[in-house]
Amino acid sequence: MMTDGMDQVRSLAEQKYKYGFITDIEADVAPKGLSEDTIRFISAKKNEPEWLLEWRLRAYRLWLNQVEPRWAKIHHAPIDYQDSYYYSAPKTKDGPKSMDEVDPKLLETYEKLGVPLHERAILAGVAVDAVFDSVSVATTYKGKLEELGIIFMSMSEAVTKHPDLVRRYLGSVVPYSDNYFATLNSAVFTDGSFVYVPPGVHCPMELSTYFRINAANTGQFERTLIIADKGAYVSYLEGCTAPMRDENQLHAAVVELVALDEAQIKYSTVQNWYPGDENGKGGIYNFVTKRGACRGRASRISWTQVETGSAITWKYPSCILQGDDSVGEFYSVAITNNYQQADTGTKMIHIGRNTRSQIISKGISAGHADNTYRGLVRVLPKAEGARNHTQCDSLLIGNHCGAHTAPYIESRNPSARIEHEATTSKISEDQLFYARQRGMSSEEAVSLIVNGFCRDVLQHLPMEFAVEAQKLVGISLEGSVG
Amino acid sequence: MPMATNNEAPLLEIRNLRAKVEGREILKGIDLTIPAGEVHAVMGPNGSGKSTLSYVLAGRDGYEITDGTVLYRGRDLLALKPEERACDGIFLAFQYPVEIPGVTGFNFLKTAVNSVRRHRGESELDAMQFLKLVRKKAADLGVGEEMLKRAVNSGFSGGEKKRYEALQMALLEPRLMILDETDSGLDIDALKVVAEGVTRMRSPERGMLVITHYQRILDYILPDRVHVLAHGQIAQSGGPELAHELERTGYAQYAGQAA
Ligand SMILES: Nc1ncnc2c1ncn2[C@@H]1O[C@H](COP(=O)(O)OP(=O)(O)OP(=O)(O)O)[C@@H](O)[C@H]1O
Ligand SMILES: [Mg+2]
Repeated sequence: MMTDGMDQVRSLAEQKYKYGFITDIEADVAPKGLSEDTIRFISAKKNEPEWLLEWRLRAYRLWLNQVEPRWAKIHHAPIDYQDSYYYSAPKTKDGPKSMDEVDPKLLETYEKLGVPLHERAILAGVAVDAVFDSVSVATTYKGKLEELGIIFMSMSEAVTKHPDLVRRYLGSVVPYSDNYFATLNSAVFTDGSFVYVPPGVHCPMELSTYFRINAANTGQFERTLIIADKGAYVSYLEGCTAPMRDENQLHAAVVELVALDEAQIKYSTVQNWYPGDENGKGGIYNFVTKRGACRGRASRISWTQVETGSAITWKYPSCILQGDDSVGEFYSVAITNNYQQADTGTKMIHIGRNTRSQIISKGISAGHADNTYRGLVRVLPKAEGARNHTQCDSLLIGNHCGAHTAPYIESRNPSARIEHEATTSKISEDQLFYARQRGMSSEEAVSLIVNGFCRDVLQHLPMEFAVEAQKLVGISLEGSVG
Repeated sequence: MPMATNNEAPLLEIRNLRAKVEGREILKGIDLTIPAGEVHAVMGPNGSGKSTLSYVLAGRDGYEITDGTVLYRGRDLLALKPEERACDGIFLAFQYPVEIPGVTGFNFLKTAVNSVRRHRGESELDAMQFLKLVRKKAADLGVGEEMLKRAVNSGFSGGEKKRYEALQMALLEPRLMILDETDSGLDIDALKVVAEGVTRMRSPERGMLVITHYQRILDYILPDRVHVLAHGQIAQSGGPELAHELERTGYAQYAGQAA
């Protein structure tokens, strides 16, 4: 049975996607479609060295013989890869030297997105490497970081300025042959962030990148590489929004993390790509490969993600626990509403001795959405004393959505301890009534209950993000009650 | 926005209220008026419709009102959503409080208090201000601070849940308080603490509807009127002495009354 309050809440569902504006800027675009010429165009635009062009071409040739993965619990119409643009950059003469040179319209866009580029960034202690479509246009806080020897720049810039580091680590965690979308990314990636933290350095601020897809029909293929050298620490934040469009857009990013001895990397994502409208029209296809290698002993990588957007989410941020005593963590909230689909989870590959991993996944499903947790815990023969704990909870809102859990466990070392717990629950009419009797609207009640449900995960986000994420959780479920 | 009210009107005026649940008529023409400042007790056999009445007043979903009216401060109560009624001062202490896993009492109560304050045009309390307020009220009612850190009602004992209802009532400062068997499940000392808390809230503007099976709580809360609800109707009304009488005679005399 439905309350009038629920009906009223549903009408709020039609509320506009807050970030659905389009910035009108002349773009420097590659010809439509995908070919070796497109790749050469991209590589030339970026003045890339020969080895990188070769690497891209090898990936492209391999990709031509690959097929899209079909094992995920997602459905979509075939993607026409020739119907997209693979390079789109705002037109500038030589690239901006300072903030003053940055197109004011761009800055306005960031303003709307809430990206603190000016003093706000400094006050908040956030250094923002803002990626607009494919090119990094403004990087703040560079000086401070340079003093510490921290490299934080766009991938294109790193290719030119730190070619040795890039060459050494690019593709070392996610090889170009890894999977269909990662291979495509390797061929056509345009930009992304590069971070290197030298031995023993504790990065004093959160590094943050806001990616934004602006130009129509542009696939976004950013590639991010983060290296924490021995004993280094870095926390990296990634936030995403995209304008509202009827057609689906492809986002196939790759993120590689490398942690050496006793290094720690925290990678946090709040993903709010346009999810499509309430009938499932439009929205981003978010097919992303994220993987971290705990290469050194006692190194630690933790992924925290809050996935509220995208029409389809296909992503499995993973940890390869190579170094003895290394730790991998995965904390995830995935919210699907209306006709969104999410198939997301993680892989924890235990290779070294006494490696530990922790997985907490919270899936929330409303409307007609489908939400799948898919996770693999693999313990290899040498991983003496490996431990994993997985907690996998699903929350359903309404009667038309689905929650699924697909945990895979493969242990080849008898000393390993692997624990898996799973629950499924529903927001009940009684809970909503109880909250409303205390004066809350249905939306407030849902937001409160869902935030409570996600608490174990949200507490792993850096403070600045946690507040934003909590609001987002509420907004993305508006209209879900009933 | 607080609703326009008629200060001359009784706090609550129920006339010939009929309601069905799942197609079955449970309330069969209730007449009950509570003037501001008064405490009315409602007693009656199991299944007679007491909780149903409290739910209908609070606006719970699933009840079909087939006849009658309910005026709250002179206004049509039945037209309002549950949260509007709550914000306008109607509080229901549930017979069976609902568990909300994952949501701390602190967050839940803060959200509730601020919803009501917003509605009244008052400024919202921040975490620190709220903490101060809740500490004081919790201490008054013997609710431990650690209970506020736990998820709402989750794993609470029966008595703890009832105390928690009383705490919420104290925080929200309602005008019409409906207590649905708040005394059931409380031990002797807790009953006293809660009853005293409730009594402190009595005021000339406020009214109470106290649903109970036992005389004991009425010894503390001293009702102005006592009503017997049987078979979906008010079968008898009287002064406080009626409760004592019922304690002796039980409800046999009301058997088979009403259609
Ligand atoms: N959802 C429902 N579906 C069917 N019958 C219901 C429903 N809710 C209440 N009833 C019935 O309505 C009648 C009145 O129930 P109610 O809970 O109001 O009684 P009560 O007077 O509060 O009893 P108690 O003293 O035991 O708390 C009962 O016979 C009950 O079974
Ligand atoms: Mg009852």
